[in-house]
Amino acid sequence: MPTFWLVALLLALSAAGYVLGRNRALATAGGDARDLHSRPNYYGFNVLLSALVPAMGVLAVWLLAQPIMIENAVSAMLPDSAIAENTTRGLVMSDVRRIAEGLELAISSGAATAAEISALDAAKTDVRAFLGDLGVALGSDVRPDILAAAKSYLHQSQTGRTAMAVLTLALALCGLAFAYRRTHKDFRARNVVEWAVMALLILAASLAILTTVGIVLSMLFETANFFGLHSWKDFFFGSSWAPNFRGDSDLSILPLLWGTLYISFIALLVAVPIGLFAAIYLSEYASRTTRAVAKPLLEILAGIPTIVYGLFALLTVGPMLVRIFGRGDEGLLGVEWMSGATAVLTAGLVMGIMLIPFVSSLSDDIINAVPQSMRDGALGLGATKSETVRSVVLPAALPGIVGAVLLAASRAIGETMIVVMGAGAIAKFSLNPLESMTTITTRIVSQLTGDTDFASPETLVAFALGLTLFVITLGLNIMALYIVRKYREQYE
Amino acid sequence: MTDTSQFQTPGSQPRSHAGSLLQTDARTKRRNAAERRFRLYGKAAIAAGLLMLVILVTTILSRGTGAFTQTFMTLQVELLESKLDKKGNRDLGDIKKVSTFGYAPLIKGAVQAKIESLGIEHDLKAKQLTGLLSKSAAAQLRNFVIANPDQIGQTVEFRFLASSRVDGYLKGRVSRDSIANDKSISPAQLDLVDALIAAGVVEKTFNLDFITGADASDQRPEAAGIGVAMLGSLSMMLVVLVLALPIGVAASIYLEEFAPKNWITDIIEVNISNLAAVPSIVFGILGLAVFINYMHLPMSAPLVGGLVLTLMTLPTIIISTRASLKSVPPSIRDAALGVGASKMQAVFHHVLPLAAPGILTGTIIGLAQALGETAPLLLIGMVGFIASNAPETLAEGLLSPNSAMPAQIYEWAKRADPAFYERAWGGIIILLVFLVTMNTVAVLLRRRFERRW
Repeated sequence: MPTFWLVALLLALSAAGYVLGRNRALATAGGDARDLHSRPNYYGFNVLLSALVPAMGVLAVWLLAQPIMIENAVSAMLPDSAIAENTTRGLVMSDVRRIAEGLELAISSGAATAAEISALDAAKTDVRAFLGDLGVALGSDVRPDILAAAKSYLHQSQTGRTAMAVLTLALALCGLAFAYRRTHKDFRARNVVEWAVMALLILAASLAILTTVGIVLSMLFETANFFGLHSWKDFFFGSSWAPNFRGDSDLSILPLLWGTLYISFIALLVAVPIGLFAAIYLSEYASRTTRAVAKPLLEILAGIPTIVYGLFALLTVGPMLVRIFGRGDEGLLGVEWMSGATAVLTAGLVMGIMLIPFVSSLSDDIINAVPQSMRDGALGLGATKSETVRSVVLPAALPGIVGAVLLAASRAIGETMIVVMGAGAIAKFSLNPLESMTTITTRIVSQLTGDTDFASPETLVAFALGLTLFVITLGLNIMALYIVRKYREQYE
Repeated sequence: MTDTSQFQTPGSQPRSHAGSLLQTDARTKRRNAAERRFRLYGKAAIAAGLLMLVILVTTILSRGTGAFTQTFMTLQVELLESKLDKKGNRDLGDIKKVSTFGYAPLIKGAVQAKIESLGIEHDLKAKQLTGLLSKSAAAQLRNFVIANPDQIGQTVEFRFLASSRVDGYLKGRVSRDSIANDKSISPAQLDLVDALIAAGVVEKTFNLDFITGADASDQRPEAAGIGVAMLGSLSMMLVVLVLALPIGVAASIYLEEFAPKNWITDIIEVNISNLAAVPSIVFGILGLAVFINYMHLPMSAPLVGGLVLTLMTLPTIIISTRASLKSVPPSIRDAALGVGASKMQAVFHHVLPLAAPGILTGTIIGLAQALGETAPLLLIGMVGFIASNAPETLAEGLLSPNSAMPAQIYEWAKRADPAFYERAWGGIIILLVFLVTMNTVAVLLRRRFERRW
């Protein structure tokens, strides 16, 4: 039975449970809802939840666990000798899965009966052609041991799914019967239901932790695999990045980190002065109407998707910079400093535009949090407004502004689309902002798109890069939040 | 300011106040000038920010509007029975056996006939004549014939897409200078196009196919549309809405109304604020590792994209939901508790409905963010193929490979032919229309329903 129908059946069952529970509660009270401990709906919900929640929980766990357990069992069937020289166990297992899917398709589409499939012999029939007719293309001919593994895979997953359907339905029925039997006018249905709802609320809240754990574990696991294949010394302290899909690559993070930091630096060089001065003007000088118009307009820049900035960098800013700094005599400056549109400066400038509203709104909040009494004190001593801002307001707001800049830096380091489209693909240490350079996020994208083989260091390195990126941005964020929070406490 | 020299010791000559108080002295002038400069810096900064916005918007509009019009050539094609249905029995199986190559001569004949009937002089070869049309013309003809086999033998009027070079010529992207090294079009062909424009055969009109159509291969930029990718985006938003809204609201209710102040709650809160700042690409890695590699969900499926975006959107929704729950005054809860409601009843029957407009606003803003997100989609394989078939059912829409609007734009930007860039900018206009609409709805909802207590 497909999972979809199983879920639909469970939902229908629990809906029926709701009606049954509600009616039974009312019946025990002689039709008078005032004699019930709880309102009638609670009795219905009690039955509904007891039928639905355990069954759905088992279903979710089963769906997660079954593929892994079958995978391990089938993989154990294949001896090491069955894995040919030039492949890996992972690739053979994906063949097995594909054949199993094909066989299942053959049964469901009526091309063969289950008995015919189990009698299928790789030596006698051409399994590849048979599956090819059904639209399942295989890379190579099917060996008997692989076919046996696929049959076993198919058999186990079919048994597993049947067992799952039986178990969840039985569980739902048991829950329904149990809750139905307990339903009585003196039963404290509301307390039970509220307890269950509370449990669901807590579950939802802990999903945030689960996500973080998922991020860290998924990357940690693959990073460990990577360091099993590639020396960690080269990754952290090597000097060149040259992935080579025949193996023996140089995979060092340092050139990428350099590109990332350089681009972020240029972005901050654009965003911090503009953002900060904009924030000062808006909070100290601007009239109410100017503020009401300019602030939301600036914040539009923050709401524009990064793909738009990426395209802007690639097709507008890059060519414009080439026209200024490149093309030899035809260019505006008559120099030949820049050859392609992708460069550190291109990505940095555009990223700077993106970060302006980020810096300005955070600084605006922080400057507004400086107590008015401090301004009044400085003005009372005869300072001009700008002197007040420079000597009193800014020093007081400095920790908060540093926090804002750190948050902006973490955004810049983790930004992907602008650098993918505007920064280029060459990993090197260079100070020239008109050259193209590459970043951590760019390399993650390029190593993980297209054909990925999760057994080669060239693919797995992306996870190590991702983990490093996660740690760097997390560190910056925690530091920034700590500084901002500490600063806020100072004036509250 | 705390320049010690300005404080005079008694007896010495006052230096700066020698003149009248009404006359500003040099130091005051300097300070006032500094004040004006400072103010100017602020104005310049805001002007710079707004200028960027204006440049960005005008670039998008000026480069992208072209994608909404397309050049078409109107031709009368004689659907020759001898070519399309040799047996003459209108058997659909036989008609389908004629491939698009079989239709090419018909188109060639139609173009030649048209030019002859208009009396335009030219010395172009037949291949160069059909080169003015899109490579999709034959397929368009074939689809029509298969759908209307009874029209075989008749002469039918068709509007064919012109090739991307001709289209570019009409839009000013292609000129006689720029095609010096271009093998797919020659100045002589452009002369012919000029004559055809004058005759009204070639014209540029609004192109609905860009909004509703599917992506096309590298060779046919003129036929590419964003409609299928739009469906992919909508399916993802559906997943995000169905998952993120209930989970986010449940988590916020717990944290805001019930959670005891202890270290577990602290960890959850720190986690949520950190997740809001994790780079989006990290969520893509999570999606690849967990949903695709571990759970074996189909690659490129909007379901997976939706799950990844759900995880990304959750912090946004939780933060805004908590803010709107917090803004409901405690007196509402107290009143509910006072008439005998349980705490749960007070929250679900009274606080939650009052906070609903704020929650809705936050959700729409979160969805708008998710709609424009690209980076995680690259990792779960939503780029790099041609999203050509519109899904027919909801399940197919969620599980079969598709693209999404931002991923489609990225895909176009990567292609070599500059004709695709116009499509990319046009796609951005559509994406921004969605975002602006969503944000406007959010603002209007807030204005209409927000209650000040």
